Amino acid sequence: MIDAPRVELWAILPVLMLFGGGLIALLASGFARRAAQAPFALFTLAALAAAAASALWLWNRETTTALEGMVSIDRLAVVATLALCGIGAFGAYLGFHYFERDDFRRNEFYALLLFALGGMALLVAAADLIVVFLAVEVLSLALYVMTALTFRRGPTEAAMKYFLLGAFASAFLLYGVAMSYGASATTSVQGLARALTGVGGSQPLALVGALLLVVGLGFKVSLVPFHMWTPDVYQGAPSPVTAFMSAATKVAVFVAMVRVLDVAFGSLAWDLAPAIAVLSAGSMILGSVLAIAQRDVKRMLAYSSVAQAGFILSSFVSPEREGIAAALFYLISYSAAVVGAFGVVMLISGGIREQTGFERFRGLGRRQPVLAALLSVFLLSLAGIPPTAGFVAKVLVFGAATSAGYWPLVLIGALASVAGAFFYLRVIALMAMQEPRGVDIADPSPLPRLVLAVPAVTVVVLGIVPGVIVPLLQEAGVLTW
Amino acid sequence: MIDLIGLTIAVPLVASGVNLLIGKRLGRRSGWIATAAMAVSFIVALGALLQMFSLPAEERTQVVTVAEWIRAGAAAVSLDLRVDPLSITMALVVTGVGSLIHLYAIGYMDHDERPGRFFGYMNLFCAFMLALVLANDFLLLYLGWEGVGLCSYLLIGFWSDRPDAARAAKKAFITTRIGDVLLMLGLFVMWVHFGSFDFDVVLGHEGSLPEIAAGTATAISLLLLGGAVGKSAQLPLHVWLPDAMAGPTPVSALIHAATMVTAGVYLVVRAHALFEISDVALAVVAVVGLAGALYGGFSSLGQYDMKRALAYSTMSQLGFMFLAAGLGFYPTAIALLVAHAFYKALLFLTSGNVMHGLHDEVDVRRLGGLRHDMPWTAALFGAGALALSGLPPFSGFFTKDVILDLASRDGATWAFVLGSLGAMVSAWYIARLYFTAFIGERRYEGSAHEASALMRTPLVVLAVGALFAGIGLELTPEGTLPMFLEPVLGHVVEGDAGPSTQVLMVLAVVVTLIGIGIAWRLYRPANQERWVSFPEREPGMAGVLAHGFYIDGLYAWIVANVGLRGAAALAWFDRTVVDGAVNGVGTLATRASGLAPIWQSGKVRRYALSFMAGGVALLLYAAVKI
Repeated sequence: MIDAPRVELWAILPVLMLFGGGLIALLASGFARRAAQAPFALFTLAALAAAAASALWLWNRETTTALEGMVSIDRLAVVATLALCGIGAFGAYLGFHYFERDDFRRNEFYALLLFALGGMALLVAAADLIVVFLAVEVLSLALYVMTALTFRRGPTEAAMKYFLLGAFASAFLLYGVAMSYGASATTSVQGLARALTGVGGSQPLALVGALLLVVGLGFKVSLVPFHMWTPDVYQGAPSPVTAFMSAATKVAVFVAMVRVLDVAFGSLAWDLAPAIAVLSAGSMILGSVLAIAQRDVKRMLAYSSVAQAGFILSSFVSPEREGIAAALFYLISYSAAVVGAFGVVMLISGGIREQTGFERFRGLGRRQPVLAALLSVFLLSLAGIPPTAGFVAKVLVFGAATSAGYWPLVLIGALASVAGAFFYLRVIALMAMQEPRGVDIADPSPLPRLVLAVPAVTVVVLGIVPGVIVPLLQEAGVLTW
Repeated sequence: MIDLIGLTIAVPLVASGVNLLIGKRLGRRSGWIATAAMAVSFIVALGALLQMFSLPAEERTQVVTVAEWIRAGAAAVSLDLRVDPLSITMALVVTGVGSLIHLYAIGYMDHDERPGRFFGYMNLFCAFMLALVLANDFLLLYLGWEGVGLCSYLLIGFWSDRPDAARAAKKAFITTRIGDVLLMLGLFVMWVHFGSFDFDVVLGHEGSLPEIAAGTATAISLLLLGGAVGKSAQLPLHVWLPDAMAGPTPVSALIHAATMVTAGVYLVVRAHALFEISDVALAVVAVVGLAGALYGGFSSLGQYDMKRALAYSTMSQLGFMFLAAGLGFYPTAIALLVAHAFYKALLFLTSGNVMHGLHDEVDVRRLGGLRHDMPWTAALFGAGALALSGLPPFSGFFTKDVILDLASRDGATWAFVLGSLGAMVSAWYIARLYFTAFIGERRYEGSAHEASALMRTPLVVLAVGALFAGIGLELTPEGTLPMFLEPVLGHVVEGDAGPSTQVLMVLAVVVTLIGIGIAWRLYRPANQERWVSFPEREPGMAGVLAHGFYIDGLYAWIVANVGLRGAAALAWFDRTVVDGAVNGVGTLATRASGLAPIWQSGKVRRYALSFMAGGVALLLYAAVKI
C-alpha cells in the first residue's frame, strides 16, 4: 500500500498565481499578438498583486515545509517573494513604457516576466535541491528569451551567450546535486543538514557537492570568475529586462544560497567560508577595477553588479542570523537602486536602439535635471554613500563579516568601495559639470519619472531610517528546521 | 504634553522646509508661517512645563524616545529627548523669545526680497537649537550644536551681496569651528572612557557622580569648555561676535544674544557633574568668565556702532554667566541666562527699530535725540537698559548682582571685586548708549519714523519680561526658578563669609549708580562736542577699546605670518605626497582595467574557459581540504 503524497497547494499559492498568470498571458498573447499592450501590463500587475497578497497570507503559518518537504514555508520566502513582486512590477511598467514608445509590440514579454518570477518565487521557497535546480532552469529559460526579445543583433548575440554559458552552469549545478545526494542519500535541504551533522553523511563528497552548487548558483549572480557573460548580456538586453533581471535574479538566487549554504551545508561552514571569501574578494576587486575602464553606462553598471554580488556574498561567511538579515537588506537596497538606475538609463538612451555611451550623459543635469537627480541618488546608493540605503547595507554586511572574523575581507571590501566611488561619481560629475553635446534624445514623458521616484525615495528612506525594516528582516532570518 | 515634546522640534523643522522649498510663492506669508510654527512649539513646551508641575520634583526628569533609528540586537540607536526642568527652561526661552523675535522680524524684513529663505533659516535655527537643549545625549547635542553654527553662518551672511556680511559669516564659522573641534575631541575622550554619550551614563544620575579619574574629567571638561568658549564668544575665541552684527538685526537678537551664544553656558551647566570632579576645570570656567565679563564691558565702551557695543555687552554678560557656573551657582547662571534673553533681545530689537527707521544708521555719533521721533523705541530701549544695568527691582539686579553677592558670601573676594568692576562698566556702557542715541539734539538728517505696531508689540512683551522677570520668576537663589531647577542643578547654599547680603546689595546699587554717573558726566548732551568726532584713528585708550584691545589684529598677524607659511608647506606636502599616492592608485587601477579587454574578448569559449578554471580551482580547494 503506497500512501499518496499530500498535495498542499496553498503552500505554493504565490508561485501558482505567477505561473497561472503567465499561462493566461501567454495564451492571450498567442491569440492577440499585435493587440494593445496596456491590458497585458495591467493584468501582469494584478497577478503580481495577487501573488504578493498570497505571500503575505503565508506570513503567520506554523508549518515549516509542505509538499513532502519540497518547499518551505517561512518568512524568508515571504519577504523574498514580496521583494520579487515589487521588482516585477517595476520591470513590467518599464517594459510597457519601453515597447509602447517605439510601438514595438511584444506581448510575450509579460508572460515571460511572470514565468521568470514564478521560477524565482519557487526558488526562494525551495527546500530540496531538485526544486532548486528546476526553479533555476525555469527562471533562466524565461530570461534567455527576454534578453533577445527585440530581435536586434546585439540582444540576440547576448542571449545566445547567456544560453550557452547557462547550460554549462546548469551542468555544474546538477553535478552538485548529484554529489550531495551521493554524500547523504537525500536531496532535501533538511535531510542534508541532518545527515551531515550525524554519522550517515560523507563530508568530503558533501564539500565537493556544495562547491559545485556554489559554481552553478554563482554563475547566476555573476560572481568572479563566472561573471564574464554579465557585461555582454546586461548591455545587450533591453534596459527594462536588464533592470528586472539584475535585481530579481540576485534576490532569488542569493536567498536560495542562504538555504543551501547556511542550512543544508551549515555544518561545513568552516570549510566553505574560505572559498566564499575568495570568491567574494575576487568579485569585489575585479568588478570594481573593470568598471573603471568602461565608457558605457550599462556596461559599467554590469561590472558594478559583479562587485555588488561580491559585497553581498561577503555576509555569507557569517552563518548567523545577522548575516542573513544583512544580505536581505543589501539585496533590497541594491534592487531598488539598480532597478532605478537601469530605468533612468532606459529613459535617457532614447528608445529601442539604445545609446548608453558616456557622451549621452554629458551635461544631462542641464537638460534633464529630474533624470540626472534620480540617477545620482541611485548611483550614490550603489556607491554606498550616506544617507542612502547602500551605505547602511554595506555597514551591515561588513559588520556580519567582521563578527565572523573575516576582517581582511572587510578591508578589501572597503578598498573596493573606494574604487567604486570613483566610477559612480564620475558619471554624476559627467552629468553635473560638463556641457551637453549633440541632440537630446531623452524620453520626455512625466509618468516614468514619477514611477522611478518610488525606488529613489525607498533608497533614501531606508538610508535614513533603516530601522523600519531591519527588525522584519531579522525575523525573516530566523530559519526553523 | 511631555510625550509630544518632539513636536517642539518637528514643527519649526517642517515650517522651515516649507519656507525653503516654496518660500518664493508664499511671499509675505512665510513670516507668519514661521511665527505660527514657533508659537505652536512654545505652546507644546509650555504644556510640558504645566504637566511637569503636576509631578513630584524627583519625577520631573523624563526621557522621551521620539524614534528608533536602528535596533541591532540589544544595542539600539534611538532619538531620545530629555525633558527635565533645565531643558524645559531652555526650550521655553528659545521658543518664547524666539516667537517674539519671529513676530518682530515679519515687520523688520518687510522690504526684503527673500522672506521665505530668511524665515526658513530662522526656523531651522530654532529646530537645531531645540535639539541642542532637549538632547538626551551628547551626540544629538553635538548635532544641534553644529546645526546652529551652520544656521548662524547662513544668517550672518544673509545679505550675501554685502562683502562685510560675507566676511563676517566666514569669520564666525571658522572661529567657532576651532571650538567645535575641541568639543569633538572632548566627545571622543568621553566615548573612549564611558563608551556612551548618554547623559545618564556620562554625568551620573540620581545625584551620583560618574566614576572617572580626576585627570580624565579635567581633560573632557576643558575640551567641552573649549567648545563652549567658541560658541559663547568668550576669550580667546570671541572675535567673531562683534562682526556677526552684519546680519539682519532679528538674527543678532535671536542668535547672537538670546539663544545660540548661551549654548556654551548651557553645556557647562548641563555637564557640571564632570566639571565638579576636576579641581581645575571649574576654576578655569570662572576665570574665563570673569575675563570675558571685563573685556567685553570695556570693549563695549569704545564702540560707536550700537550693535557692536551690544555685541560686546553680550560677551560681557555671558562672562557673568560663566563666572556663576564656575563658582558653582548653576541655577543663578541659568537665571541670568533667562533674564539676559529678555533684555538683550529687547535691546537688539530696539536698535533694529533705529536702523529700520534711519536707513541702517547705527553710529551713535550720527544719532542723538531719537526720543522725540521714536518715543516708543526710546522708552523700550530704556527699559532694556534699566534691566541690564542692575538697578532694583529689575531683572539684572536679581541675577547679575546676586552672582556677585553669592561670590562674596562664598569667600571669593577676588571675583566679587573684579565682578563689581564689570558690573559698574555694564551700567556705564549701557547708559552711554542711551544718552548718546536717545537724548540731546538730533545729529541725523531727515526724520526717523517710529516702528510699526507689528514691530512694537513683541517689544512690549519683551520689555515686561526684562523689567519684571526678576520679581515674577524670583530669580534669587531661593526663588521659584532656581528651586524649579534644583532637581537637576542642585541647591545654591549661600556662604557666610564677608559682609552681609544687605551691605552687598547696597554696594551693588551704589556701583551701578556710579557707572551711570560716569556715563552721564562723559556723554551728557552738553559734552557732545568732546566725543562727536570722526578721527582717522582713535587716540590712546579710546582706540584700544574701540579695537577690542587689538586682539583681532594680533590674530590677523599670526594667521598672515605663521599660518600662511605653514599652510604653504602643507599644500606642498599634499600636492606631491598625498595627491601623488592617490593619483598613483588611480593610474594603477586604470592601467589594470585597460588590460581587461584582452581576456574579455566577447568570445564564448574564453568565457567558458574562465568559468571552468574557476570551477576547477574550487574543486582543487576541496581536494586540499579533504
